Amino acid sequence: MALSRDDVLKVSLLGRLSLTEAEQQRMTEQLGGIVDYVAQLSELDTKDVEPMAHAIEMTNVFRDDAVRESLPRQDALANAPHTDGEFYLVPAVLGE
Amino acid sequence: MSIVDLTAFELRERLRSGEISSRAATETYLERIRRHDKTIHAFLRVDEQHALRQADEIDARKKRGEKIGPLAGLPVAVKDILCTKGQPTTCGSRILENFVPPYDATVVTKLKMADAVLLGKTNLDEFAMGGSTENSAYGVTRNPWDVTRIPGGSSGGSAAAVAASMAPLAIGTDTGGSIRQPAALCGVTGLKPTYGRVSRFGLVAFASSLDQIGPFGRTARDVALLLEVIAGHDERDSTSVPKPVPEYSRTIGQPLSGLKLGVVKEHFAAGLDADVESAVREALRVYESLGAKLVDISMPVSKYAVATYYIIAPCEASSNLARYDGVHYGHRTDEKAMLERLKKDAAGGGEVDSPLVRLYRDSRAEGFGPEVKRRIMLGTYALSAGYYDAYYLKALKVRRLIRQDFDRAFSQCDLIAGPVTTSAAFKLGEKVDDPLAMYLVDLYTVSANLAGLAGISIPCGLSTGGLPIGLQLQARPFDEERLLRAAHMFQQATHWHTLRPKLAA
Repeated sequence: MALSRDDVLKVSLLGRLSLTEAEQQRMTEQLGGIVDYVAQLSELDTKDVEPMAHAIEMTNVFRDDAVRESLPRQDALANAPHTDGEFYLVPAVLGE
Repeated sequence: MSIVDLTAFELRERLRSGEISSRAATETYLERIRRHDKTIHAFLRVDEQHALRQADEIDARKKRGEKIGPLAGLPVAVKDILCTKGQPTTCGSRILENFVPPYDATVVTKLKMADAVLLGKTNLDEFAMGGSTENSAYGVTRNPWDVTRIPGGSSGGSAAAVAASMAPLAIGTDTGGSIRQPAALCGVTGLKPTYGRVSRFGLVAFASSLDQIGPFGRTARDVALLLEVIAGHDERDSTSVPKPVPEYSRTIGQPLSGLKLGVVKEHFAAGLDADVESAVREALRVYESLGAKLVDISMPVSKYAVATYYIIAPCEASSNLARYDGVHYGHRTDEKAMLERLKKDAAGGGEVDSPLVRLYRDSRAEGFGPEVKRRIMLGTYALSAGYYDAYYLKALKVRRLIRQDFDRAFSQCDLIAGPVTTSAAFKLGEKVDDPLAMYLVDLYTVSANLAGLAGISIPCGLSTGGLPIGLQLQARPFDEERLLRAAHMFQQATHWHTLRPKLAA
C-alpha cells in the first residue's frame, strides 16, 4: 500500500515540518518504499501477544517528593533564540 | 614503544605508576589529532587548552599524593550527543549549532569524577540516525583503514578516533547498532551495555526505549575499564537499574570453562558477504579450540527485526524531536521573512498555518537534515490516527516475539555469536540515496536493542580488500561480565585487535 502525496502533506503538518515541492515528491516515494517493507510484519500472528514498549518492564519508580533547586531562569533562557529576559517570545498567537 | 601503541589499560598502569604524566599522554593524543584529523574528521570539536588544563590538574593532585580516580588522567573522546556543560553539543545537527548545555550528562560527570581528560566531541549521524556518519550536518567522517569508505555509524567519529589512535578510549551510543557496527567497520572493540545499565541523563534522546551509552577501546579489557566507570544507577534516569556494578576489568582475565556459544542459523542466510562469513566461522573455530561448545539455534522472528525497529525507533524519535520548536533553544527561522512568506501564501487563497505553527515548521525544515525529516515523517505517520494499531502496536507485539526468541535461545546457550554487519565498510556515498538499503545494514544489531540485551563487537579478521571485520557476541541482560570475559579469551588467542590502519603522514 503506497503513500499518497496527500498523506505526506497531512503528516508534514502533524510533524511540524515545511516541505518543498521536491521534498514532498521524494518523501512520497521513499516513505512509500519503507512502509511497504515494514508491512511484512502482518505475516506474523500476534493475536495473543502483549505489546512490549520497553525492554525492562518497570512500573512506578518513585523518589522522595522533596523540594530541590531547579535550573535557574537565566540558564533555562540562555539558549532561547528570542526572550524578553523573563519569558520565551513567539509570534502573536491571537490576531493583532 | 610510543604512548599511542599502548592499550588504554596499559597506559592507565603507567599513569598510575607515574611513569607517564597525564599531560604527556594528552599532548601525544592532541598531536595525533592535529596530524590526522584533517583527513579523518572524527572530531567536531577539540579544546586543547581545556584538555591540557584537566591533565595538569590531575598531575598536580597526583604529585600532592591525593587519591586519583580509576581513569588516572586517560584521555577520552565523547560523542557529540552527550551534554557537556558550557561546551557546545550539536548532535551533528544544524538545529543545535549554537546549543550550549546548562548541565553535564551523568556519564560526563562520571568521567570527570574518574579523572578522565575529555579530549573533545566526536562526529555522528545527525541525532544518531544513520549507519555511516554521512548524515552529519558538519561533514563526513572517513574510515581510517580506507578514507574513501564510511566508518560506520552513528558513532562513526568515536570509532574512527580510536582506530586512528587519536584517542585511547571513546564514548558512543547504540540505539540499533551505532556502537557495534562502527566498531566492526573500524577494527576496534565496542560494547552496547544492557538497557538500564548506564544512565541516559543528559544524553540527547533519539529513541528512548532503545538508546544506550557505551564504551569503545582497542581491547575488551579497555572497554571493561570504561564500562565500570560509566555504569550504575542514577536517580535522574528512572530507567537506569539499581544493580551493583561488577568490577569488569578485574574479573575479565578469568577464562570461561564449558562456554556454550549459540550460532543462529538465520544469521548465515543469503545476503551475508563471503569474507564476513569466513572470518566469523574462523572465529567460532577459535572458540572451539579454547574449549567452547557451539550450539545450533534458530531464531525465526529475527528476520522481522529491521521492520520492527524502523517502526518503533522513528515513532519514538518523532515524539522526542518535537521539542525542537525554534522557541526554547536551537535554530529559529527568520521571523520577518517567515511572516512575508505566510502573507504571500494567504494571498494565493486556501488555508494557511498560523504564524506560530509556521514558525515551528520553517525552523524545523531549516534545522533538520533529510534523514531526520524522513524519520519524523515516518514516525508521525505510524502513530497517526488510523495507522497506530497496524504499525506501532503491531511492532510492539513483534518486539515481544523477538524477545521470546532470545529467551528460548539463552535457555540453550550462554552467549550468541555471529556477524555484526553483512559486509565490510562500504564506499562513501554508496547508499545515501537509498534509505531502505541503509536500514538493512542494521540486520544483525537492532534485535539486541529491541530485546534489551548486551552486545559487543570485537575484531575477528580482514576482508580480501584489507578492511576490518567484526564478531558480535550477545548476552542476556546484565551479563556484561561474561560477555567481556569471552571477548577477552578471544583476544588472548588472536591478534586482530592489535592491527592498526596505515595512515598517510
